[in-house]
Amino acid sequence: MHEKTVAELSRELESGKISSVELTRHFLDRLKQEDGQYNSFITITEEQALAEARAADERRAAGQATPWTGIPFAHKDIFCTSGVRTTCGSRMLEHFVPPYDATVVAKFRQAGAVCLGKTNMDEFAMGSSNESSHFGPVTNPWGLTRGERRVAGGSSGGSAAAIAARLVPAATATDTGGSIRQPAALCGVTGIKPTYGRVSRYGMIAYASSLDQGGAMARTAEDTALMLNVMAGFDPKDSTSIDREVPDYTATLNEPLKGLRIGLPREYFSDQLSPEMATRIREAVREYEKLGATVREVSLPNASLAIAAYYVIAPAEASANLSRFDGVRYGYRCDHPKDLMDLYTRTRAEGFGTEVKRRILIGTYALSHGYYDAYYLKAQKVRRLIQQDFVNAFQEVDVLMGPISPSPAFIQGEKTDDPVTMYLEDIFTIAVNLAGLPAMSVPAGFIDGLPVGLQIIGNYFEEGRLLNAAHQFQQVTDWHLREPR
Amino acid sequence: MQWDIVIGLEVHIQLATKSKIFSGSSTAFGAEPNTQASAVDLAMPGTLPVPNAEAFRYAVMFGLAVNAEIGRRSVFERKNYFYPDLPKGYQTTQLAQPIVGPGHIDIDLANGETKRVRIHHAHLEEDAGKSLHEDFHGMSGIDLNRAGTPLIEVVTEPDMNSAEEAVAFARKLHSIVTSLGICDGDLSQGSMRFDVNVSLKPKGSDTLGTRTETKNLNSFRFMEQAIRHEVERQMEILEEGGQVVQETRLYNGDRDESRSMRTKEEANDYRYFPCPDLLPVVIDDDFIDDVRASLPELPDARRARFQSQYGLNDYDSGQLAGDARLSAFFEDAVHQGKDAKLTANWILGEFSARLKAEEKTVAEAPVSATQLGQLVARIADNTLSSAGAKKVLEALWSGESSDVDAIIEAKGLKQVSDTGALEAMVDEVLASMPEQVAQYQAEDNPKKRKKMLGGFMGPLMKASKGQGNPKLFNEILIRKLGD
Repeated sequence: MHEKTVAELSRELESGKISSVELTRHFLDRLKQEDGQYNSFITITEEQALAEARAADERRAAGQATPWTGIPFAHKDIFCTSGVRTTCGSRMLEHFVPPYDATVVAKFRQAGAVCLGKTNMDEFAMGSSNESSHFGPVTNPWGLTRGERRVAGGSSGGSAAAIAARLVPAATATDTGGSIRQPAALCGVTGIKPTYGRVSRYGMIAYASSLDQGGAMARTAEDTALMLNVMAGFDPKDSTSIDREVPDYTATLNEPLKGLRIGLPREYFSDQLSPEMATRIREAVREYEKLGATVREVSLPNASLAIAAYYVIAPAEASANLSRFDGVRYGYRCDHPKDLMDLYTRTRAEGFGTEVKRRILIGTYALSHGYYDAYYLKAQKVRRLIQQDFVNAFQEVDVLMGPISPSPAFIQGEKTDDPVTMYLEDIFTIAVNLAGLPAMSVPAGFIDGLPVGLQIIGNYFEEGRLLNAAHQFQQVTDWHLREPR
Repeated sequence: MQWDIVIGLEVHIQLATKSKIFSGSSTAFGAEPNTQASAVDLAMPGTLPVPNAEAFRYAVMFGLAVNAEIGRRSVFERKNYFYPDLPKGYQTTQLAQPIVGPGHIDIDLANGETKRVRIHHAHLEEDAGKSLHEDFHGMSGIDLNRAGTPLIEVVTEPDMNSAEEAVAFARKLHSIVTSLGICDGDLSQGSMRFDVNVSLKPKGSDTLGTRTETKNLNSFRFMEQAIRHEVERQMEILEEGGQVVQETRLYNGDRDESRSMRTKEEANDYRYFPCPDLLPVVIDDDFIDDVRASLPELPDARRARFQSQYGLNDYDSGQLAGDARLSAFFEDAVHQGKDAKLTANWILGEFSARLKAEEKTVAEAPVSATQLGQLVARIADNTLSSAGAKKVLEALWSGESSDVDAIIEAKGLKQVSDTGALEAMVDEVLASMPEQVAQYQAEDNPKKRKKMLGGFMGPLMKASKGQGNPKLFNEILIRKLGD
């Protein structure tokens, strides 16, 4: 059962071949047996899941099912779940139980999906390897096939590893600088980061508000389309969500690709990319040519400034977003504070991990009196230049293609002592967040048995076109079906 | 040495919207602690602000009322600092692009002149919660009911030169926002809070001195006292050759003391930056025109109307028009009582004195405008003497009865205005006071004669059991005494 996609499971539930309770029990059993080696979940909600599964079976019997009714899945532990602890990978929220659902959570609940639990993640979504989680690193299932402990990528490493290991068919994720696409690539699954404002951020714990975007991860493009059908849409609770009609993303999956204009950004094929990775990406692009697409080189002249701009803007926003974790109202509080300053300093010193503290310090510095113009304002100007690069490119082509990461999954611990090297992991993904564009990661082969992801970037609100391109690729390739054994 | 006093104000005005500026929670005052604080107000993880359109409308109303430019694109920023009653660790406010740009308010000075005080800008922001330091055994309690209440902060230019001018400005501001209905104006509940910036410079000098800011004054009286106190404090320092330190001070009105809260060196670096959770708010001409068309009457216009429509003098019209509720009370009463001048006299005199003595607002007055209007009508038609009217007001005020005519009847306060009966009484009294009559008739000084005339009134009122019309008695007396 765990081999099947969401679309297949949905059909089997509809036909009555299986029940949601059976399906849920099966995945829960696998989770409990297998996840010890991956650590992809922080919390498993067995009882709630079974209750939801029973309710889903009743709903289906009553003829009120949606394609998601009874489908087991998981939420990244950044989405608030009413009555279920939501840690954001941090000691700060280790015992935090929100009294409300994130809008994304509420939407899956309304659709009747069965949430098995909350997936592991880098602390407050700050990381590219899932090693900054207070609940321990996530191990890449593909690395284990070689007997190695490799990273799952981050920050949504738990969701990616769980899908790759067939512990869940789908999971929500979020992407601030590559946190959906990079772990999806490193774990060989499909992920989509929608246009900024397409999916509500309400109840999604903020890292960098102007960059954070919720999205979908599954094995196939079709399944992520099914997820977006549930997740996307305007939310009056999120002023930055966009009031624009949501198409049926599955309706355009089978459009022919003949005439699709693909741009390859020159800057994404520089010497930062390993030769093997460049080869895999070019091979994937060749599949598209066979499907009738045309390919040309384009330029994103300011691409090299993306990391620098991101590491000013994201920490600046984070430094304010994380101020609420002060030990006063909820979350971790230090023992026996002797006064207010002691309460603040020890709560935050003990509750936050190293990477979170590093980014709070960077952001605080960048916003400080006398530095604001040189850092924050300059970074915002760079952001507009980067955005303009994409606007220009999309006048010539329909989609951009390139790598997700410079190289496949690396060994755990390899980059933890060198934050800048770790930050360079996101060199090909970050510009998309600065511009607010939609982008996908699609499995596109292997290097030494480790998965490689192809990045497809679209124009604003062209999630449908991206999913169409990814789905057609998956009709002629089987990279996304390979299973780590 | 002679000094010029320079004063600028920052005024926090709580907007009377039903819900908070970024959440749906109620803004009502006085609820049990933390019962009006939602997940958004508590800054629970993942929650987001949604702007309250009514707050923008109120801010634009204010801008138009003070002749200001309206910010077509206003941007919320985060002002970062840690404090337990600031749940997010930042206050959402406006800085570089406020909703209300430069404007001005004209104030009346004691010497009869008008002075223009420029407004630098006014911005929208959220209020913080309250920290309660008593009753928690060495700890502090936090009440977040107020957190997220919409405020406009009005920042003036340093255009005021005395405590009196600052108070006149504050009163005018109060009068404008209550007339607009955008603030309940209740200072005792913190609906308006004043920060005063004070500096001194040698008389005539063009260079401003070092200023101090005294924060969080919540009454006109404390504001006036705090300014006087600060002027004296700075003058002493400067006269002794010292230098004023730029700092924020707190004033204790009960003790008339102030102390330093923090100096410039200790000031927070607030690290303002645009709030990424809120989009810039764009206001177009249609919205502004719509607000302009629905603006209620403002104090200056009302004052002019009271003069032309009711024939009130400058002083009375100013006193009434400055207070929106008192103005409404006046107009309701005039509707009943007809005689506008007499109505104004009674409202500004006896009625206001009773309110002040009992520390009540107009809304809390036990006598309605209708009742006061009926009372005035009975004075105007000679049914009641002024002394009788005071007795009726007392009965209304104490709740003894609610009907003016019933009180007059029950207390026998109806004046006797039958000239024949009154003449008979005058004859009788004059006959019983021949000496006084002779003295009066021998006196040439009109002032003394007038005073002597009063000597007959006591016996006359006694003879009429207090019900004789004093005005008619006076006329008859003068005639009978042979003028």
